[in-house]
Amino acid sequence: MTRLARKIARESSFYAAVITLVTFAAFPFYWMLITTFKTEGDLYNLRSNPYWFNAAPTLEHLRYLFEDTLFVQWLWNTALIGVCVVAITLAVAVPAGYSLARTPGRSGENLGIGIFLTYLVPPTLLFLPLSRLVSDFGLQDSLWSLVVVYPTFTIPFCTWLLMGFFKSVPREIEEAAIVDGCTVLGAFVKTVLPLSVPAILTVIIFAFTLTMQEFVYALTFISSSDEKPVTLGVATDLIRGDIFYWGELMGAALIASVPVAIAYNLFLDRFISGITGGAVK
Amino acid sequence: MAAVATHEIRKKFGDVVAVDGISLEARDGEFMVLLGPSGCGKTTLLRIIAGLEKPTSGQVLIDGQVVNDMPPRGRGIAMVFQSYGLYPHLTVWNNIAFPLRTQGTARPEIKRKVEWAAGLLGIGHLAQRRPRELSGGERQRVALARALVRDPTVFLLDEPLSNLDAKLRASARSELKQFQRTVRTATIYVTHDQVEAMGMGDRIAVIDHGKLRQVGTPTEIYEHPADEFVASFLGTPPMNLIEREGGSMGFRPENFLPKELLNGTAVVEFPFRVDRVEYLGSEHILYGALDGRAAKREVTAKLPAHATLNGISPGAWHAFAVRETELRYFDRDGRNTQRPLTRRYPP
Amino acid sequence: MTAIAVIAPRPKSRFLLDRPELVGPLFIAPAILYVFVLVALPFFLAIYYSVSAFTIFDPSYRFVGLKNFIDVIDSDIFRRTLINTFVFTIGAQIIGLLLGKFAAMLLMQEFPGRGLARALVVLPWAVPVSLATLAWLWMFDSLYSVINWTLVAIGLMDPAHRWQWLGQQDLAMIAVTVVHAWRLFPFGVVIFIAGFTSVPKDVLDAATVDGAGFWRRNYQIILPIIAPIIMIAVIFGTVFTFTDLSVVYLLTKGGPINGTHVLGSLAFQVGILSGDVAHGAAICLFLFPFLLVAVIFLLRALRRREI
Repeated sequence: MTRLARKIARESSFYAAVITLVTFAAFPFYWMLITTFKTEGDLYNLRSNPYWFNAAPTLEHLRYLFEDTLFVQWLWNTALIGVCVVAITLAVAVPAGYSLARTPGRSGENLGIGIFLTYLVPPTLLFLPLSRLVSDFGLQDSLWSLVVVYPTFTIPFCTWLLMGFFKSVPREIEEAAIVDGCTVLGAFVKTVLPLSVPAILTVIIFAFTLTMQEFVYALTFISSSDEKPVTLGVATDLIRGDIFYWGELMGAALIASVPVAIAYNLFLDRFISGITGGAVK
Repeated sequence: MAAVATHEIRKKFGDVVAVDGISLEARDGEFMVLLGPSGCGKTTLLRIIAGLEKPTSGQVLIDGQVVNDMPPRGRGIAMVFQSYGLYPHLTVWNNIAFPLRTQGTARPEIKRKVEWAAGLLGIGHLAQRRPRELSGGERQRVALARALVRDPTVFLLDEPLSNLDAKLRASARSELKQFQRTVRTATIYVTHDQVEAMGMGDRIAVIDHGKLRQVGTPTEIYEHPADEFVASFLGTPPMNLIEREGGSMGFRPENFLPKELLNGTAVVEFPFRVDRVEYLGSEHILYGALDGRAAKREVTAKLPAHATLNGISPGAWHAFAVRETELRYFDRDGRNTQRPLTRRYPP
Repeated sequence: MTAIAVIAPRPKSRFLLDRPELVGPLFIAPAILYVFVLVALPFFLAIYYSVSAFTIFDPSYRFVGLKNFIDVIDSDIFRRTLINTFVFTIGAQIIGLLLGKFAAMLLMQEFPGRGLARALVVLPWAVPVSLATLAWLWMFDSLYSVINWTLVAIGLMDPAHRWQWLGQQDLAMIAVTVVHAWRLFPFGVVIFIAGFTSVPKDVLDAATVDGAGFWRRNYQIILPIIAPIIMIAVIFGTVFTFTDLSVVYLLTKGGPINGTHVLGSLAFQVGILSGDVAHGAAICLFLFPFLLVAVIFLLRALRRREI
């Protein structure tokens, strides 16, 4: 009997630990979710139980968000910035990663590490001088400033990722194409690129999510509401004076978070493999 | 008393039966080989003996005691893994010392034993190196030293030569056998390579699809295979199997010779049409077909190099024969049966 | 007599793209250019500004030597800020990575719902910083904090004296640390799981056969083997926390009374909000030595990753 009791004790403490951890991680999102749909009266009532609805859930906050704020504009801005940054990143990182992967000797590896290290240089170090540069180039207060600056952190990481990937593609394939009459560039385009679709997809997702997450540069460069990406707009514009529109805020936060969360979950393993330099497959 | 014994071991992974009721034993000081193709369950059986897997049913006995519920460290076994499993962050010295440390052995005793094991395997000079700095052969010896140092009742070896290149394998094989003869510990050795098995085993257990097909000395298994599987698994090229009524008949290529070379003794003749000849330096392999007999694959004959091939040309029929004593008979289920009464031709 | 094929001479340009010596550097040039213009250049600009008296009200360049740095170090607020930056970073790493390791060990067991648990645990790190911080801002609200409500309901807090999570110095420090740790721990979970699963099975089996129990296997075998991977995770995590601006800015704006500023948020307040670019740049540059140390450790860990 004691064996069974011990087993039950072990299992229940295991599940208790799991539930505690998951709650710690996910509670703020539950909080976001429920705040979005609660009526104002319900939200700002100290007496009611905050964990569940005390009045019927409402779509009022979401309606306000979509109709009376610039939320949709912000989403559109973010999408536009994202697409442009991804395009620039691919155009720069793919050739760079390939070149580094095929450079013989240690210099390729070292240069690759060098570029990867710039990922560690934080926006908080560069935002001040960059803000001067941005205004000198007349991009102040425009989302194009972000399109220009964001690749500084997407390119290093994506080059590193792609370098690791291209290294794993056997040279024989390209050599066969060259023998068959292609130029070096042609061989790359015709043989390596088609094989690289999963890696390129990963790069696209990462560049996009890294872009979506960014806050510091957006905060520094942009003040006009209709140029703001969603991470900035939600944090600054949904507050009138000292009043926080919590229902709308949480709704916006939730909607903007969902795609990023899904993307991360799908591509987690590759991200980790990239960050640890391929030590973990 | 057997050093290791298994009794009706069965192991299922979900619906897949990996080991299907195997009972065998290895005696003190014996070198027992578990031989079989990939996926036949031999490694699973080894791991069950080690205690790394639990059998679905059946018992494992070490030194006469049932050890089913004992963890590996309590069973008195030592194991060498296919990739050696050396601790990459420890020096060779610490790798070998590790199992002694877990047992709480005293420092001077650890030193003595590690030096003894390293000396026996000739790796004393590598003591301060890390595994990644060693060659394949050196790593294997470290793994053996680590196993040796525990003074086990039985060594379990899981295809330890498969990661070495071909040249190294032959010398490693004889060194291993030498080593086992020196320490005289019962050893269970898993391999899919029949040459290794024949060369090293005191006894061989042939396993296929989780079942034990035959246990015996190399001679017994080679000369008197218990069924068609064992007959074709051992020997290169494999035994020729000819269909006959009620089953099949087999003879080994080296016993299938031109009639002239088998003068005197009672033989059975087979007209043999040679289709092609392979010259391998030490021998000739002839590929062809028999007259009016269906066979599972091309019929082969193996002639020693010095036998002349006069008159044997591709396309023509020749009189080949097999000594009656070398013929084996198998029934419809593939099992070896007694020879029928001697008849000259056709059998 | 063999006929020798005559090859018509081709124009040199045809073979341009065939020459790896050209194509290689050509392919990598844009990346290097980008990094140089938008990372190296601004960095030198930061140094340039930090030794000037540049403000947006008086944007002329006047060399003042190390005056800005001295001003900054003399300020109490800055000293507090520097301490905060370290406190938050170290606190968040310890909590976050310990939790991460613990959670990783739990999540490696098979149990129903494991996939869902894993997806949920990853959320804090996956979601944009600003949005997640806003949720915590709401959770720490001075009036409507759900945390306070719960503590009152359990009886651990006096409703007349609610804790001002973001208004009181000590509580605000705790709040910021918690949010950082919360964001960090999924990263730790994923890295630990990845590390654990990268240890070759043979090594684990050998340790079991050699008599190593659960704890010895973990601490003497697994941890030393995955140390480089963990190092990389710690370095990234530390850099992310140390150089953070968003969490502090959104949660407390550096308050109460500049008590929770970190280097990033202080630099923002001074350099952008107050327009004093020179002093702002000086504050930013205090990040640099720390980053240098991190880079050195990262390089060492990257070199050792193939054990």
